[in-house]
Amino acid sequence: MTPIILLDTLLAIILLVLAVVALHSENLRQSIFVFIVFGLVTALVWARLGAPDVALAEAAIGSGIAGALLLAALRDRQPGCEHIEPRPSWQVLTVTYLVIGVGLTASWAFLDAQASRSGPAIGEMVQAELAHSGVSNPVTAVLLNFRAYDTLLELAVLFAALIGVMALGPERSAPQAAGPLVSHFVAWLTPLLILAAGYLLWVGAHAPGGAFQAGALLAAGGIIVRLSGKSGIFPKGAWLRVLAASGYGVFLFVGLAVMAGDNAFLQYPSDWAGSLILLIEIFATLSIAASLLLVYLGGYPNAWMEDKESQHA
Amino acid sequence: MIDLLSIFLIAGGLFFYCAGTVGLLRLPDTLSRLHAVTKADNLGLGLLALGIALQIGDPLSAVKVLLIWLLVLAASAAGGQLIAQHVVEQKEETK
Repeated sequence: MTPIILLDTLLAIILLVLAVVALHSENLRQSIFVFIVFGLVTALVWARLGAPDVALAEAAIGSGIAGALLLAALRDRQPGCEHIEPRPSWQVLTVTYLVIGVGLTASWAFLDAQASRSGPAIGEMVQAELAHSGVSNPVTAVLLNFRAYDTLLELAVLFAALIGVMALGPERSAPQAAGPLVSHFVAWLTPLLILAAGYLLWVGAHAPGGAFQAGALLAAGGIIVRLSGKSGIFPKGAWLRVLAASGYGVFLFVGLAVMAGDNAFLQYPSDWAGSLILLIEIFATLSIAASLLLVYLGGYPNAWMEDKESQHA
Repeated sequence: MIDLLSIFLIAGGLFFYCAGTVGLLRLPDTLSRLHAVTKADNLGLGLLALGIALQIGDPLSAVKVLLIWLLVLAASAAGGQLIAQHVVEQKEETK
């Protein structure tokens, strides 16, 4: 075995072990931490599979933001609820894992059969049309041009989920003050996060990166700043809601506006494609960041602000 | 020569990682475990980063690796302090 196969096998085994531990841990807090590590290892696996775009998204959203949301949800539960009961019996577990194993093997066989069938490979079709897409990163070309409809609907789903949280979410109690070292660290880290988000957004046109990864980083910045009781340069109040809606709104508007020419819905004119994609991505980034922050705040755009605390006192 | 230095640095880094992990597993309470992990892992990562930076021909990328180490240093200092603060507060509550 070559060393690299050894590494891949090790990653696969670690991933499976982490998944089982996350599912069967007796303690919810432990489950969440293992789930966060699971997300990081998944990101490594995506990187090894040659999908750095997915790896970035998985690390930022699947591990970072989802981990923060799960921990916040755990904190909001009643005390003493950390242990889950009853556990499923070992017979049930054995059958479950057998079914999963058989299902995975069957889908592998199915995909293998599909791949051996002749026909134009999707990757080649994307490469052939890349010159007309306005960007040179094939992933961004698919997400925001060739299959822009899918991405528009993804933003719509995120927006709908946010409306659900805003309508039903309980108010979350403010976190404890974290101490001076942490607030200095936050003051130091937040500009870096904003810089990194801007970089990911810009670089998405020709290299791995893009709106979802950049939005998640911005949201992380907003969350840590709000956890320290401030809003900083991140918007609050009604602005946060407007920004959250802007990604879907601008995308829809651009899609309709190009119909003024002789184009179909979301069919950008070739000369304008690059600029339109950048416009959509900027607002998608801001909107994803605002939505994730709002979801973390339980749908209350002014939650945990220190001035609001002093009003209560 | 550079290869030898890299091997030496990376091996040293791995040794400190092992020491930190043993400390995490064997030490009796949260504070001393934290002590072991924050010290040993940061040093281990630093040696690892130095060893890898020597292997990268491009000086700009080498500086990036070292900057990542600085970022992790700051993050683990803040994180370690948060955990320690939580432990101290819990002890005071139970007194």
